[in-house]
Amino acid sequence: MKPTQTRTGGQVVCDVMLEEGVDAIFGMPGGASLPFYDALYHYPQIRHYLMRHEQGAGFAADGYARARNQVGVATSTSGPGATNFVTSMASAQMDSVPVVFITGQVAREFIGTDAFQETDATGCSIPVTKQNYLVTDPDELPYIMKEAFYLARSGRPGPVHIDIPKDVFLAETKAPTPESVKVPGYRPAGAGHKMMVRRAADLIAASKRPVIMAGHGVAISGAWDELFELATKNRLPVITTLHGVGCFPERHELSLGMMGMHGMYYANMAVHDCDLIIGIGCRFDDRVTGRVADFAPQAKIIHIDVDPAEIGKIVPTEVPIVGDAKATLALLNQHARPPENDPWLKHLAELKADHPSHDPPQTENENLLPQHMVRKIYEHSSGQAKVIADVGQNQMWASQNFFYDHPLHFFSAGGTGPMGYALPAALGVAVACPEDEVWCVTGDGGLQINIQEFATLAEYQIPVKVGVMNNGHLGMIRQWQNRFYDGRLLGARLANPPFEKVAEAYGITGLRASTQAEADDAIAEARSIDGPVVIDFLVDEFEDCMPMVVPGASLGETVEA
Amino acid sequence: MEEKSKRFTTVVAYVQDRPGVLAKVSMVLRRRNFNIASLVVGHSERPGVSRMTIVVEGDAREVKQVEKQLYKVIEVLKVFDLAAGSAVLKEVALIRVATNSSNRAEVIGLAQVFGGRVDDVGRNYVMIELTASPYSIDRFLRVANDFGVMELARTGAVAMSRGEKIISAPVEETQKSHNGQGTSY
Repeated sequence: MKPTQTRTGGQVVCDVMLEEGVDAIFGMPGGASLPFYDALYHYPQIRHYLMRHEQGAGFAADGYARARNQVGVATSTSGPGATNFVTSMASAQMDSVPVVFITGQVAREFIGTDAFQETDATGCSIPVTKQNYLVTDPDELPYIMKEAFYLARSGRPGPVHIDIPKDVFLAETKAPTPESVKVPGYRPAGAGHKMMVRRAADLIAASKRPVIMAGHGVAISGAWDELFELATKNRLPVITTLHGVGCFPERHELSLGMMGMHGMYYANMAVHDCDLIIGIGCRFDDRVTGRVADFAPQAKIIHIDVDPAEIGKIVPTEVPIVGDAKATLALLNQHARPPENDPWLKHLAELKADHPSHDPPQTENENLLPQHMVRKIYEHSSGQAKVIADVGQNQMWASQNFFYDHPLHFFSAGGTGPMGYALPAALGVAVACPEDEVWCVTGDGGLQINIQEFATLAEYQIPVKVGVMNNGHLGMIRQWQNRFYDGRLLGARLANPPFEKVAEAYGITGLRASTQAEADDAIAEARSIDGPVVIDFLVDEFEDCMPMVVPGASLGETVEA
Repeated sequence: MEEKSKRFTTVVAYVQDRPGVLAKVSMVLRRRNFNIASLVVGHSERPGVSRMTIVVEGDAREVKQVEKQLYKVIEVLKVFDLAAGSAVLKEVALIRVATNSSNRAEVIGLAQVFGGRVDDVGRNYVMIELTASPYSIDRFLRVANDFGVMELARTGAVAMSRGEKIISAPVEETQKSHNGQGTSY
């Protein structure tokens, strides 16, 4: 326990943030949170980024948290401020991102009276957070703050919401901040059960056609080195989910890239034909499995996950291992023995060479395809850029046409799929990693959902390079209406403003490219500018995102065109 | 009642006694699409720990998911399901049955067969109090329906396993996690 001194609630919140290593928070103030801002004013070590929408603040904190692999903080006021957080909370919940959301609430005496800007904020956040609190006693605030950070980052991480009445920010307390917290009944898993790990090692050794399926858990627990050892020592091909992208170097010969609805053809075929899946930190989402009944029909499944509720939720598991990915893989590496799988590896190498889903299609002319845009960012940045994708076609192309050789270099809100994620999230990533080259890859649809954050980029000169994959459509909607609704396009076409001019109006350098050569020039110019840049890439309007597992089909039925 | 063909399992959860816990538990069950026959909350043998008895519809796999999802609620300390047949399952029902002077004695007699007692009698009704298994209460209601059930209040079931093996509230869990006096939030 720290020496007891009198602090206000606002000071307590700031003190705990400092202790937890938070150096930047994202928010919008309001009446109920003004006392918090007044406390924050005296903590220059914590930079406050004024966002232009609370949802943007939530996504920025999400990006910050993912890039640093530590807790991010977003703050807003009561009522509409709190409800505007709901989408970013839901996304952080589904994607296991540790974000602490701090909202102001009306003063305690007004709670329940329908006061101005009063909303039942904790009632709203129950289903979209890991834990939430309404703080009614200032003496409990130090403990709650500490517990909130602990819960957000431990076990399966997730968002935690703390709703703090205006007068609690002002109230004084002598309660010290505890050094640590112990949450009854909450025991995050460490390494998996030894016996289960040995069984997994035996299954690996006996397999003929094994694949590793690496998911978000590998990134979250920082298990990429252990994964690399497991794969390379035992010659196991590695496939990742969308959130696992980069956890294994994609240019490695054992890498089969991403699987799923728009995964690599060879990755999907490998999973369909394999006899063993080593699933690590993944949840067998429907976008990954295709038709579940025909998912990997010949495979036994080893499933390692820190969340017991994920195991057996979608697919039956031969060897269930509840455990942290890093600790469990370290243990597995002590026992794993290589299988005899040379014919399998040879088969996969041929498959990959014959079906290069990772390369943009060949074109006869200078037409700029969306895939080119991503590949060019890859080439210009020598593969070092951190890429934050939005949702839809741009997200899939961003994952397909860039070779991610490093973990924590590709971020995407894959679970809830909230369009508008990329711009504020990229802002958060750039704040978290000021030394890195950060590219926001977004569509012309998603950009406009949080386009107001151009103002934040401009104000703080955050050097995000925004690549707008502008095909004049909600592209994935157009693709689906064309393919599955006989071309009856409704709500697919977008009438857009010239985005480079919008950027200029906000005070950001705006560029435009409509051919491959112009794209090269624009990317080169953007990279030479220190501050933020927006490039409007006018790409082919009718390019579809392929390969594809059509809804209701199995991975074995992946189509390439 | 047509629920006979469905499979019900009784799940018991020890939870920290805090505001919002009931809302969190019921929202998890609703969100995961589990069908709940009844959910009862009350004090357990330990201060600060409540005991929830949840009768849930579903097969073994679904019930396992109920348990796992309940554990995701941070305030949930311990969850176990009571194997059918080895648990005592009881519910209280207050039933106002329509009677007249000619059949009143018959209704009271039937209630006594089920172990019920009479709490109140009026000119056109008797109020029966029945403490029994939900199944027995269902059976009595079928009989009572012949006379007319004017009003019905059921508590939902509480349950306890039989035998020497006691699943009590976790001991080390009962201290409040707060540095203060453990007042609720």
